[in-house]
This record gives sequence, C-alpha cells and structure tokens, in this order.
Amino acid sequence: MSDRHPMTGNEMSGTAQGGLERHAYDVIVIGAGGSGLRAAIAAHEAGAKVGIVCKSLLGKAHTVMAEGGIAAAMGNRWPEDNWEVHFRDTMRGGKMLNNWRMAQLHAQEAPERVLELEDWGALFDRTEDGLISQRDFGGHKYARLAHVGDRTGLEMIRTLQQRTVQLGIDVFMECTVTDLLRADGAIAGAFGYWRETGRFVVFEAPAIVLATGGIGKSYKVTSNSWEYTGDGHALALRAGASLINMEFVQFHPTGMVWPPSVKGLLVTESVRGDGGILKNSEGKRFMFDYIPEFFKAETADTVEEADRWYDDKKNNRRPPELLPRDEVARAINSEIKAGRGSEHGGIYLDIASRRSPEFIRKRLPSMYHQFKELADVDITAEPMEIGPTCHYVMGGIEVDPDTELSAVRGLYAVGECSGGMHGSNRLGGNSLSDLLVFGRRAGEAAASYADGLGASRPAVAEADVQAASRAALAPFESEGGENPYTIQADLQQSMNDLVGIIRTAAELESSLAEIERFKERAAHMSVEGHRQYNPGWHLALDLKNMLLVSEAIAKAALARQESRGGHTRDDFPATDPEWGTKNLVVNLNAAGDGVDLAEKPLPVMPDELKRFFE
Amino acid sequence: MTYQLKMRVWRGDDSGGSLQDFAVEVSEGEVVLDAIHRLQATQAGDLAVRWNCKAGKCGSCSAEVNGKPRLMCMTRLSDFDPAETITVTPMRTFPVIRDLVTDVSFNYEKARELPGVELGPRDADGKRRMMQVDVERGQEFRKCIECFLCQNTCHVVRDHEENKPAFAGPRFFLRYAELDMHPLDTHDRRALAQDAAGIGMCNITKCCTEVCPENIKITDNAIIPMKERVADRKFDPLVWLGAKIGIRHKDDEGRTEM
Amino acid sequence: MAATGVDAPGRAAIGARTLRTDRWWLSPLTTFVVFSAFVVYATWRAFADKDYFVEPYLSPFYSPCLGDCVKGSADFGTPFGGFPLSAALIILIFPLGFRMSCYYYRKAYYRAFWLSPPACAVAEPHTKYTGETRLPLILNNLHRWFWYAAVVVALILTWDVLLSFQEADGGHVGLGTLVLLTNVVLIWLYTLSCHSCRHAVGGRLRHFSKHPVRYRMWTWVSRLNTRHSLYAWLSLFSVAIADLYIMLLANGTISEARFF
Repeated sequence: MSDRHPMTGNEMSGTAQGGLERHAYDVIVIGAGGSGLRAAIAAHEAGAKVGIVCKSLLGKAHTVMAEGGIAAAMGNRWPEDNWEVHFRDTMRGGKMLNNWRMAQLHAQEAPERVLELEDWGALFDRTEDGLISQRDFGGHKYARLAHVGDRTGLEMIRTLQQRTVQLGIDVFMECTVTDLLRADGAIAGAFGYWRETGRFVVFEAPAIVLATGGIGKSYKVTSNSWEYTGDGHALALRAGASLINMEFVQFHPTGMVWPPSVKGLLVTESVRGDGGILKNSEGKRFMFDYIPEFFKAETADTVEEADRWYDDKKNNRRPPELLPRDEVARAINSEIKAGRGSEHGGIYLDIASRRSPEFIRKRLPSMYHQFKELADVDITAEPMEIGPTCHYVMGGIEVDPDTELSAVRGLYAVGECSGGMHGSNRLGGNSLSDLLVFGRRAGEAAASYADGLGASRPAVAEADVQAASRAALAPFESEGGENPYTIQADLQQSMNDLVGIIRTAAELESSLAEIERFKERAAHMSVEGHRQYNPGWHLALDLKNMLLVSEAIAKAALARQESRGGHTRDDFPATDPEWGTKNLVVNLNAAGDGVDLAEKPLPVMPDELKRFFE
Repeated sequence: MTYQLKMRVWRGDDSGGSLQDFAVEVSEGEVVLDAIHRLQATQAGDLAVRWNCKAGKCGSCSAEVNGKPRLMCMTRLSDFDPAETITVTPMRTFPVIRDLVTDVSFNYEKARELPGVELGPRDADGKRRMMQVDVERGQEFRKCIECFLCQNTCHVVRDHEENKPAFAGPRFFLRYAELDMHPLDTHDRRALAQDAAGIGMCNITKCCTEVCPENIKITDNAIIPMKERVADRKFDPLVWLGAKIGIRHKDDEGRTEM
Repeated sequence: MAATGVDAPGRAAIGARTLRTDRWWLSPLTTFVVFSAFVVYATWRAFADKDYFVEPYLSPFYSPCLGDCVKGSADFGTPFGGFPLSAALIILIFPLGFRMSCYYYRKAYYRAFWLSPPACAVAEPHTKYTGETRLPLILNNLHRWFWYAAVVVALILTWDVLLSFQEADGGHVGLGTLVLLTNVVLIWLYTLSCHSCRHAVGGRLRHFSKHPVRYRMWTWVSRLNTRHSLYAWLSLFSVAIADLYIMLLANGTISEARFF
C-alpha cells in the first residue's frame, strides 16, 4: 500500500518513476469555486469518477467574496418576475452582445439551481411567508437576488463544499495545474504540482472542466485574490481553445480606496440596493447627470422619484445609482477626473444619512465589519469613500452554450473563465447563478462524454509529461535574474494605467509593447529556494498565464473601435451597431508565445426571443 | 507615513526552525499580512504564507501574532506601537509544512466524519418554507469562514495531541449545532456529537469565542446549547421519563437518530 | 514520554509555552484570588453556625433555615432539627452545586484553578486531559437539576426580602433590607440568565415560529445571558456582603441604619 497524501487522503504513488504521482479519473475539475464544485457534483451524480484540483484549500475560492446574491427569477417578491424578464435584463445589461442561448438557459434554470442549494443546507434570508427572500440589484427589473445578508458567496461555497464532502468526491487541495495534456487533439489529462511539496502530479482524465475564475490579478486595483491569474484562460489557449470577448473587463463601481493596503476591496452593490447613494465632494448626488439614453425610460430622473422607489416600486422608476455597473463606474470615473473626488481619490457612498444604524448593521453586516476593522470607518455614521476596482472579466473560453464544451474535445469551461454569457457587461448577481447553471451542465456533459468513450480513452504521452515538467522547473534554471514579484507589480501597474476603465489606441499600443518587454523579462526571471511551498516559484509559473491573458485583453481592446459595456474607448466614445454584430476571438499564435485575433459574427437570436426587445 | 517595522518571523519546516529577525518598511493603514508580503517581495522570496482574499472573508491567513491566534489580514499594524517587535508564527496546533503554513487536514478529516444535512421533501409548489426566526441561529454559525483559529486555540487538541482522534473541535460543534437547529433537517446527531465528536471534552473555557474573527458566539450560542441538547437526551430525568411513557418532544418530530 | 501539545512532533518547533506579550495572567490570577477569598469566607461562615439572624434579616447562607435554628429564623419549620452541624450545610449544596456546575463558573475555575488552560494560547501544565467525559466532571451535565433547585432558593430568598420589610410592630426599611433586596435582584438576574434556563425556556426548540411566547422569553433570557458572567460575580459579592452585614449586626459590631 502506498502512502497517502496528508492533505487529501489521496494515494501517492511514491514508487512511480521519478516520484511522479498519477491519478486516473473520468472527469477532472480544475478549480473549487462555485462552478467547479457544482460541476463536480453534477458529474459525480451522473456516475463519473470525479476529482477536483484547486490551488487553495477547499472552501477558500474567490466565490466567498461574492456578497450581494444569486439572481434567479423565482418570483418570491414579485410574482410577475419570470425567466423572460430576467433574460431581457441580462441581454440589455450585456448591451446585446451576450450569447443569447446562454442567457436564455441561465434565466430559465437559475431558480431550480437556487432551490437545490437550499436542499443541500443553505440558509437564505426569508420573506415574511418563509420563502427565499430576494433583493434589488443594479440592472434587474425586479428584486431577484436570493441572498444571505451580504455574504451570499460564502453561503454558496460552504453549501457546495459540504455537499461535495458528503458525496465523497476527491479533492486535491493546494495543487496547481500548469499544463493540459492532449492526444490527437483531445484531452488526455493534466499536469500539475503540489504546492506543499513541489512534487509533480499527472491526472489522467478524458474530460476536464476548467473552473479557474478570472484574471483580476493582472491589475493593480482589484477586488480579486491572488488566485485570479487567468490560469484557465491560458491553459485553454495553449490547449488550442479560443477566448471571446476578452476586451470586456468589468470595473466594479464601488471598491474601497483607503487605506492603501485594501485599495480595490469590494463594497457590495447591496449598499446601493438598500438605499445608499453616490455623492461627489460638493455633496451632489451626481448619478442623475449620467443616465444614458438606453436606460432613460426605466430610470428615475428626479431625487424625489428615486427616493420614492424604495418604498413604492410599482409606481416609480429605479434610482440611477442602480444602473448597470459599467454605467456607474464610468460616471464615478468622470467625477473623479473632473476634480470632484474625495480626499483619497474616490467619491462618497452614503448610506449613513439614509438608513438607521440597526438597518445597516442587519442588512450589511460584513460591510460594517470590513470598514470598521480595516478603515476605522463607521458606515452607520459616515459615508464610505469608494472608487472603481477591477472585478470581473466578461471574456473567457468560447464554449457551446448547452454543454460548455470548448473547441477542444473533452475540454469544458464554466464560470468566470468561460465567455459569452454576460456579453459586454455582467449584471450583479448573475455570476453566482451562472456558476450554478453552467456548472451543472458542464458536469453532466463531461460525465456523459467520458462515459461514451468507453475503453478508448486518449492516452497521456510520456513526452508531454517530460515537457511539462521541464517547463515547470524552468524558473529554477536561471540565476541572478529578476524576481517574479517585481515583474508582476510592474505588469499590474501597466495594465491599470493603460488598459483600465477608459482606453485609447495610443495607450493600448504602448501596453502591448510593454507586455512584450515583460515577456522578455519573465523569460529570464529566477526564483530562490527549493520546491517545497515556495510562493516565489508559484508566482513565476502563474505570471506566464497573466502575461498571455493581459495580451489578449489589450489586443482585443485595441481592435474594438467602439465603447460598449465594460469596454470604453475615449477615442471611440459611441456604441457602434456594426460592432454589435460580432465577437472578437483570441487564439494562441503559431509560435505559441502570444495571441492572434479574429472577428466572428454573433449567433443570431431566434425571432421568438427577439420580441422581448421590440 | 512610513516606518521600519521590526518583525520576528518563524521560518522552518517539520524538521525544525527558528524565529528570524527582519526589518521591513510599512506604511499607514497596513496590516500584518502587508508586512509579510513586503518581506516576500523584497527579502525572502520563498517565505511560505497561505492567503487568498486579504479581506477577512476566506480565512486562509491564520497565524499567531505575538502569540495570539489571528488572521494576518485583519491585524492592523496601528494596533501596535511602532517601536514594538511583532512576532509571527504559524498556528501551533497543526503540523507545520513550511514557515507560516500549516497542514490543516485535521479539519477536513473532521468535516468528512460529520453527516450532512438531509431535508425532507419540498412543499407541493416545489419550494420550501422556513421562517426567518427559525434560520437565524443557523445563519450566525454559517458566517464561519473556516479559518480554524478556534480549532487552533482549543487547548483540548492544542495541548494534547492524543485527543485529536476523539475530538472534532469548536468549528464542528458549530456545525452540529447548526444542523440540530435546522428547522427542516431530519437527522438527530446528538448521540454523534457526544460520542464521535467528543463534545464532552470541551470544558467551555471560551478561547474559541475569543479568537473568532467573525465574532460568532461559538461557546454561548453553539457549544453550550449543543451540550444542553445532549443533556436533554441523556441527563434529563424528565425527558427520560417522558420517553419511557411515550411522550416525545413534538419539536423533534420527524427526526431519526444517526 | 514523548512531547505532547505545542511541542508535539511535527508542529513548528517554537519552544516557548506562549509568545503572548500581554498580561494574560492577570485575569486568571484575579479570579483565583477573589474566588479563594470567597471560598475561605463562605466555609468559615457556613461552619460558624452563629450570627446569621437578626430580626427581620436572615443570612442567605442559612436560608431556608431547616436545622437547629436560632429562634425566629426558621420560616419553613425545622425538619432537620436534629442535624448536629451548622444548618447552612443542609441547604448550601443547592446554590453551591448550581454555581459549581454553572457554565460561566466552570470556565472561570478551569482557567484560574486548574489552569486548563490558564489563558488562550497559553499551554496548560497537564499531560492528560479528558474534559467532562468522566466522573466527577461529567456531573456538570446535571446543571439543569441544580437550576431547578436554584429557582426555589431564589424564591425563598425573595420571601426573606419580603419579610425584611416588616417587623413585629409594622413596616420597616433598613440598610439590611436594601442589602437583601439588592442581593435577591442579582441572584434572580444570575439565575434567569443561566444557560440551562435559556435552553429550557426556548433554546431547545427548532421552530421558534411555532412558539411565539417561548421565543419572546428566549430572546429576553438571551439578552440577560450575554451578561451571565457579570451577574455571577455581582451576586457572589452581594451574597457575601449580605451575610457579612447580618453577621456584623448579629454580633453587635455595628448597628442598623434604619430609614423607615
């Protein structure tokens, strides 16, 4: 009997050649956030042998950071809400660039996915009738977000985690995948290392679900954690899949701006949903000056009407603070640029003067806690200082809407690392439901694909394993080079400055030139120490992915000569209907050291769905 | 405002290690984790530290700061005198992997031993109904971010390695209490809490509550109520008598003992 | 014997029993000194068998007086009239048992007397630990039995206070009345804020929504419960002060300050 890994209880084949550990599964899920866990549960329930591989400990994934809620048209607050309204809101929020089929499936299936969480032990906040409570959020016509205070993401991940444990699914924690292995163009497995020991591990599996999350760590001011280095995006590119919509990066309008050590940390949209308003340094509630034509009909244009809305939603239109995130982020950005910003370069988010301290503490407990502990600000007594922060990438791996299959046979993608669902801008609350809906679909599709292969599974080629192992060890090879932390810091600064919320051709071009120089520097970086739990080495490997993804974003942003959703060009401020008919698709270039760009027409929406937009 | 912070950081692995002295530049508003990151970026590239969100939400960066179990991301430097030397060590209850990173698999093993929630069928319309007052206690417990500081500080296992197999620890008493208070769950885990989880080992000295970064009242709201629920089953003469003559507590209807 | 606890193999080799730099020992030391003083005083007084009654005041240490009581002090008869020792010993088991098995006092004495642990993240000196899983400590699970008794004791002490408002010749309010009144209020606060009480009134329920009255009571007890340790300390002082005051009156050291 071989020894077992202390973290996971999985067997370690210490006797294998070169000490390499091997595991065979039907389905490997990379990433243990909401979508990864949901995919694993679905694949397991479909009868597959499933393994989850994740960079952190189980239950720490970025999903815990989600605060507001899960958008699902359950109609618990508003009986008139249904999937059609949700679908329309999602498409309009994404400025019609969404994959219509994904948006449709998402709106149709989200309610059942939420109820499933409840079956598995989630304790959502309740309505007076004992049903799951639903709250208001930007861009959603009706109160639609199932929530638990302002820690919905934690509830979701804990529920899925506990379900995963209950089902006995294997989890490989603190294990990073660095390469996908293929045979004849189809997925054969994955290669990775244990963070703890630095030992390599090969997963043999015909189906892999990428659920690696986003790319936010390429930016300096971000709400994302260290894990968000675009691993899934880069793995998929290198395996031959394509990315779409990479130019669309969502800047959340409300991130903390002070103290510097928490700059970028998320302040939930629920603050505005629950009555918070935005003010500039002159005390003006400025959002009324920024209502776009597209949303004029459904947005209040006077303070009086906006304030009435909180109590009487039927007869009043929504306050402009609850416009989709891209609109609010741009407005805040303009106010700050016009010199009407706050002391620390943000603007004010005020709920203290509008709601009672008890209400605020009850509805927004973690926000209260976060400001109190980290900034010494009592949000029940004074306004918060906030500013835009890099939050979410709408772009990602291009997948089939029904099965989440990428262009590579056996490779599936879900959650933030997949693309299409949210178009050019994601509505708040739609990400958690996205994780559940497509996580389940991908898990089932992957299990069924693996099952259908029978005995004829693609085999992992030994040469590929050797190559992957050499690539992973490369950072130890060179000595006296730069350390990866410096290169990462420079990349983050550069992306923030040049590929940020407002973009111009000149800046994007110079960003691409800088990325080339970063690549050059990264080729010669060196890490100190040995392979056992060495963060320097881990970063060096992640950096490769960050560079590839950053290039994809900058290239796509340069090509799209219009402003739409999460992509704003100072030199092309208008939305161009012509651009509204196509996606930009990114592939790995022939040399394998960068990306190529192509245009692709948007899938055409059937007429019975088009009628919602007439 | 910046200053040079004096730090002592434990470095080593399971074969040994020591506290090493560093001086690192820090500035206003920073937390201990910022200082550790700066050490990593400028002086010790391979300093092992586990962290994720840096916002007190994921519970990864648990360590001991000046001997107290804390989240490094929520420990503000302004709480210390700038002249003070801050000592950072890994959690001392779990096996060390390297530097500030410990092997917390104990907690994941305990999680596996705990039977999960099992609700009855949904209502006729496909939904479930639970009143807010009935879920509120459980919601407090579900704020837990699994930083395992309570597990780390609990002397039952911190000071007695041999108790680890028989003791689940505060984090899981929290879970037992959550499930026992769940209005729709169909299992009765009280016997398990006493036997398998070893709730009797807890002598309610409240250190778990003291270190909880989420301010969950672990002892008062979860462990003691759970002990009382166990006592209902085993140590209460009235309940025992009632059960003998066939009177069951109505509130527990529909639950089967695990 | 192999090292255990924080020095166990596999754990970070730090060596120190604790790296805490604050005065973590202050709290257990204070508890130790005060509780010890109380125990010494209470033992002396319980065995003294004198100076516990001055019309109309009866010391809470001797209430209800059921043994060989001094004249006028037995309000409930003397069923144990033949008991050879102090009458206090007959009834003290109830308040003593209640406090010994109290969730707060357990924390306090485990920390201050048994050093298990002396403070959070400070290694305890014992090599073995079994908690409350075997005799005698498993008896702490009987806390609710003592709580039932404690409610009776509190009722009797309340009766004593009512009696202290009257003398043979009519109404009366002295400093002693106020001392006893304060004491009984604190005793009630301590008794009602008990964790077992919180469980009994509503905590044991899984569906508060179906029992609105018990839920209200539970909410109320829960609020008191957050200050259980405060009431534990205050009522400990008040009971000693009440006894001391009555003792000083009874042995003639002081005389009563009478208001009415």
